[in-house]
Amino acid sequence: MIALTRRYRFAAAHALRREDRDEPWNERVYGKCANPSGHGHDYGLEITVAGEVDPRNGQLFDRDQLDALVLDQVLDRFGHSHLNDDPAFAARVPTAENIALVIGETLAPAIQAQGARLARVRLEETRKNSFEIGDPR
Amino acid sequence: MTKVRLTRAIEFSTSLRYWIPDLSEAENRARFGRKAGPHGHNYRLEVTLVGEPDPVTGMVIDLKDLQTVLDREVMARFDHRDLNRDTDFFEKQPPTPENLARAIHGLLRAALPEGLLSSLRLYEDPDTFVEISEPPS
Repeated sequence: MIALTRRYRFAAAHALRREDRDEPWNERVYGKCANPSGHGHDYGLEITVAGEVDPRNGQLFDRDQLDALVLDQVLDRFGHSHLNDDPAFAARVPTAENIALVIGETLAPAIQAQGARLARVRLEETRKNSFEIGDPR
Repeated sequence: MTKVRLTRAIEFSTSLRYWIPDLSEAENRARFGRKAGPHGHNYRLEVTLVGEPDPVTGMVIDLKDLQTVLDREVMARFDHRDLNRDTDFFEKQPPTPENLARAIHGLLRAALPEGLLSSLRLYEDPDTFVEISEPPS
C-alpha cells in the first residue's frame, strides 16, 4: 500500500463540559479543561490518503485537491471557531478523540468520491498529546 | 464506534553504560566498545493507547490518570537516575534502547487496564528510536 500524508494546522477554542451534567461532575471529569469560558489549542492535523498511483501523473491524490478539500471542510469550518458551537459537537464533547472522529467522518466520503481512501487522521492537540484513527503508522 | 489511538509523550534523562557486572572489564570493553564508558541520553517516550472513547466523556482515558501511571512507572524510576546503579533491569543485559523499551513496556502493560496499551516508541536521541507494538486485537 502507498499512502500520502499532508500536514495542516488550525487554531480553535473549546471547553470540555457537558451542559446536561452539573459543575462538580464537569470539574471532576475534565478538570481545568471544563472552564466554561473555554480555552484553545493550535491543532496539528495529518491527513493520510491511500490508493493507487495514477500512472499518468505518478500521484495517488492531487495535493491541491486534497488541500482544497481540507481547507473547505475542516480548516475553514473549525479554524478560529469555538468548537462547542459547531453542530457536530451538539451531542458530543469536543475532546480530541471526538474532533478526530468528526474530521474523519467529514473527509472520508469526499476522498472516497475522488477514488482514494482516507487511511488515517492524526490530530496533535499539544506537543505531548496526539490522537489518531485509521491505519496504524 | 471507532477505535482511537492516543499518544502521550514524556521526556526523561539518565546516565548509563553498556556493562554486565559478570563480565570482566576487558570483556565489557570488547563487547560494547565506546558505549561501555559512562554516558547519558535524553529519552523521549511516546506511549500509544487504543480504545473506544467513552460515550459519556468522549475520552479513551483521562490523561491525568495516564500521566499518573507514567510518572510512577517511568519518571520516578528512570528520570535523572543511573540505569545500571539505580534500577534492577540491567544486571544481566546492557541498557540498550531495545532493552529499556522492553522493561518500560512490561511495566506499563502491568500498570494499565488490560487491552489499553497499543505501542510505545522510545527515542534514545532524535535520530534513533525503537518501537514495540502489541499484536492488533
